[in-house]
Amino acid sequence: MLKLHYNLEKVSLGMVAAIIVAALIGGAVEIAPLFTIDETVAIPDDLRPHTPLELAGREIYMREGCYACHSQMVRALADEIDRYGPYSLAGESAYDHPMLWGSKRTGPDLARLGDKYSDDWHVVHLADPRSVVPASIMPAYPWLTTSLDTENLSAQLATLARLGVPYSDEMIANAMRDALAQSRPDSDGAADVAARYGESVAIRAFDGNSSRLTEMDALVAYLQSLGTLTKAAHETLAPEATQ
Amino acid sequence: MIGSLSISERQTGLVLAIGLALFGLVMAAAAKQGPMAVHGAMALALGVALIFAIGGVFYDADAPAGRAGRYYDEPTRFGIVMALTWAAIGMGVGVWVAALLYWPEATPLWSWTSFGRLRPVHTTGVIFGFGGNALIATSFHVLQRTSRARLADAVSPWVVLIGFNLFCAWAVTGYLMGSTQSKEYAEAEWYADLWLVVIWVVYFAIYLRTLARRNEPHIYVANWYYLAFILVVAMLHIVNNLALPVSLAGAKSFTIWAGVQDAMVQWWYGHNAVAFLMTAGFLGMLYYFLPVRAGRPIWSYRLSIVSFWGITFFYLWVGSHHLHYTALPHWVQTLGMTFSVMLLVPSWASAGNAIATLNGAWHKVRDDATLRFMFVAAVFYGLSTFEGSFLAIRPVNSLSHYTDWTVGHVHSGTLGWLAMVSFGAIYTLVPQLSGREAMAWPRAVEWHFWLAVTGTLIYVVAMWNAGITQGLMWRTYDANGALAYSFLQSVAAMAPYYLLRTIGGALFLSGAILCALNTRATLRAAPADAAASDRPLQPVAAE
Repeated sequence: MLKLHYNLEKVSLGMVAAIIVAALIGGAVEIAPLFTIDETVAIPDDLRPHTPLELAGREIYMREGCYACHSQMVRALADEIDRYGPYSLAGESAYDHPMLWGSKRTGPDLARLGDKYSDDWHVVHLADPRSVVPASIMPAYPWLTTSLDTENLSAQLATLARLGVPYSDEMIANAMRDALAQSRPDSDGAADVAARYGESVAIRAFDGNSSRLTEMDALVAYLQSLGTLTKAAHETLAPEATQ
Repeated sequence: MIGSLSISERQTGLVLAIGLALFGLVMAAAAKQGPMAVHGAMALALGVALIFAIGGVFYDADAPAGRAGRYYDEPTRFGIVMALTWAAIGMGVGVWVAALLYWPEATPLWSWTSFGRLRPVHTTGVIFGFGGNALIATSFHVLQRTSRARLADAVSPWVVLIGFNLFCAWAVTGYLMGSTQSKEYAEAEWYADLWLVVIWVVYFAIYLRTLARRNEPHIYVANWYYLAFILVVAMLHIVNNLALPVSLAGAKSFTIWAGVQDAMVQWWYGHNAVAFLMTAGFLGMLYYFLPVRAGRPIWSYRLSIVSFWGITFFYLWVGSHHLHYTALPHWVQTLGMTFSVMLLVPSWASAGNAIATLNGAWHKVRDDATLRFMFVAAVFYGLSTFEGSFLAIRPVNSLSHYTDWTVGHVHSGTLGWLAMVSFGAIYTLVPQLSGREAMAWPRAVEWHFWLAVTGTLIYVVAMWNAGITQGLMWRTYDANGALAYSFLQSVAAMAPYYLLRTIGGALFLSGAILCALNTRATLRAAPADAAASDRPLQPVAAE
C-alpha cells in the first residue's frame, strides 16, 4: 500500500483522479437516492404552492436573513412537538426552492406559525418587536412599509413551474393581479385567488390598509401561511395524540 | 507589481482588463437596475482601474532578465494583504452582529445594517475573504517551494486573486442590498457563482501546470491538501449552486433543489465547505509552515497518508449530521453520524502528527510566538474535531442543535484553528517576502498571540454555556408535565453570554488588526527590490 502511494504521489493527475473518486462516493450514496424524490417523499394530496403574495413574502424573509435566527423544522422530539406543534414532514417543503429549514434558533421555530397570532400583532411586532415583546432581541423592520414590487412575480412563478412546482398557466398569467387581490378581500379578483389556490388561503388586508400593497402585506401573508399549506402533519400526529 | 510582467504579459493583462470592463458594462446595461446593475458597475470600475494600472507601465522596460530564476511572490504578497483586509472587514462585522444580539437597537434603522443582512457579510467575509485569500496566497508560495519551480504563468495568478476578490465583493455587497440565495455559506447569486467557477478553473490550471514543471519527483503532502481543496470545493460549489435564474438580466434565481433534497445538498455542501475549504486547505498550510518554522521534518509520512485519505473519503459522508431528527430519511442520518465518529481517526492523526513534529523544537514553541500560533492551531484542531464528532452523535445533537453550542463549536474551529494557523503562516511569510529576518514589530506578534488565545477562550466558553443552557431550558418539563420555560426565558438567559461573546470577539479582532498593521509596517519598511532569497532549483523553459 505504502509503495503504491509512494508511486501515486509522483503523478499529479493520478492524485487528482484519486481525490475525485474518494470524494464522490459519500455524496453519491447519500444524495443519489433522494433523486428518486417522488418515491421517497410522499407529497400530501392537499399540498398547495404558495400564492404570489406569499411567495413575495418569502423573498422578503430570505432577503432580510430571517432564516439565520429562525428554523422552520420541528424535529421529532417530544418537547418540540409540545412547544411548536406536529413535527415537520418532508412533503411539506416539497415545493420549496430553496428549503428554509434553518440551522439556528436565536428566535423560536416558525414551521407552525400560521394563524397563531393576528395580522395586527405581526405588523406591530415586525415594525417594533420590543413594543409587544419587551425581552425580544429581534431587529425592527420599519422599511417594510414600502410598496411591494410585483413586476417579476409572473416570471418567478414561471421559473418555479419549470422546476416542477404546480403553477398553472392561469396562475402564472394572473400572478400580479392575484398578489394585489389577496390583500383586497372586497375586490373582484379575491374570488379568483380562492378559486386558484384553494378556499383555505387567507384573503385579508394583512397590514390593515387595503388601499396600498406593501412588503408588510406580503411578509405577513407568508408568515400566516407557514404550516397551513397542507394538513398532513396534523393528520399524521393525530392518532398518536389521542392514544 | 506589474513592472515585473513581460511586455507580452502586459498585453494579455490589458486585453483581460478591457474584457472585464466590457463584461461589467454589458451586465450593468442588461440589468438596468438592482444588485446586478451595481455589480456590473463594480466590474466595469475594476476593469477601467486595471486598464489604467497596466497602461501606466505598458511602455516600461521589459521584465528583468533573471526573472525565471526566481520565485514569483508578488501574487502571494497581494493575497496576504487582501486576506488581512477581509479579516478586518469580516471579523469587524462579526463583532458588530455579536453586539446586536446584546444591544438589538445598536444599529441604524437602515435596511442594509440589519442583523440578517450583516450576518452573511460576516460569514462570507471571514470564510471566503480572509480564509480564501490566505489559502490562495499561501498555496502559491508552498506550491513553488515544494516543487522548487517558479509558477508556470505570470498572468493567471492575478486572474485568480483579482477575480476571487471581485466574487467576494459582489457577494457581500449583494447581501447588503438584499440579494441572496439564502443557502448558508453559499448566499451569492447565480452570476457570482458562475464567475467563481471560471476563476477556479484558472486556479486549478495554474496549479497543475506548476506541478508539471516541478523539480522534485514527489508531490509534497501540503499540495495534496491544496489539490483536494481546489477540486472538492469546485464540485461542492457547482452542485449546491445549480439554479435557474428568473431572467438573465436580473439577480433573482431559484435553486433547482427543493425541500429535503435541497436540505441534504445544502449540508453536504455546508459541511464539506468546512472540510475542504476550512480544513483541507489549512492542513496544507500547517503541513508546510509548521515544519519550516520548527526546523523539523513532519513526524510521520505514513500518518500523513492515512489522515489525508481518511479526511478526503470520510468527510463527504457526514453532512447529514446537520439534519438529525428532521424529515431527512433516518438511514442517511445514521450514516452521517457513523462517519462523523470515524472521522475522528484521520483528524487526530493529522493533529497528532503536527504536534509530534514539534518534538525537539519545544523551546522554539516557548520563545517564538509565530510557531506558538501554529501549535495552538493544531491543539484547537484536535479539540474541535473531537467536539464535532461528539456533537454529530444523534442524542447529543438533540440537545445541541439549533443552539449557540454549534456557534461555539464553529468558532473554536475557525478562531482557534484556521485563523491561528493562518496568522502563523503570515508571520512566517511576510518577513521572508520583505527580505528580512523578523516582522517590523516583533513584540506585537506576542501581543497578538495572547489577544487571540484569550479572545477565543472567552468566546468558546461563553457559547458552550449559552448552548447547553438553551438546550436544557427548551427540553425541561415541570412536575405537572408542562414545559418549564417559555422560549423568551431562554432568550433572556442568553444576555450575559452574548455580552461575553462580544468581548471575546473584540479581543480577537483587535489582535487581527494588530497583525494587519504589523504586516503593513513590515512590507512598507522593505526596500523596493526586496524579495525572498531562496531560488528555484533550475530555471525551466515554459512547456
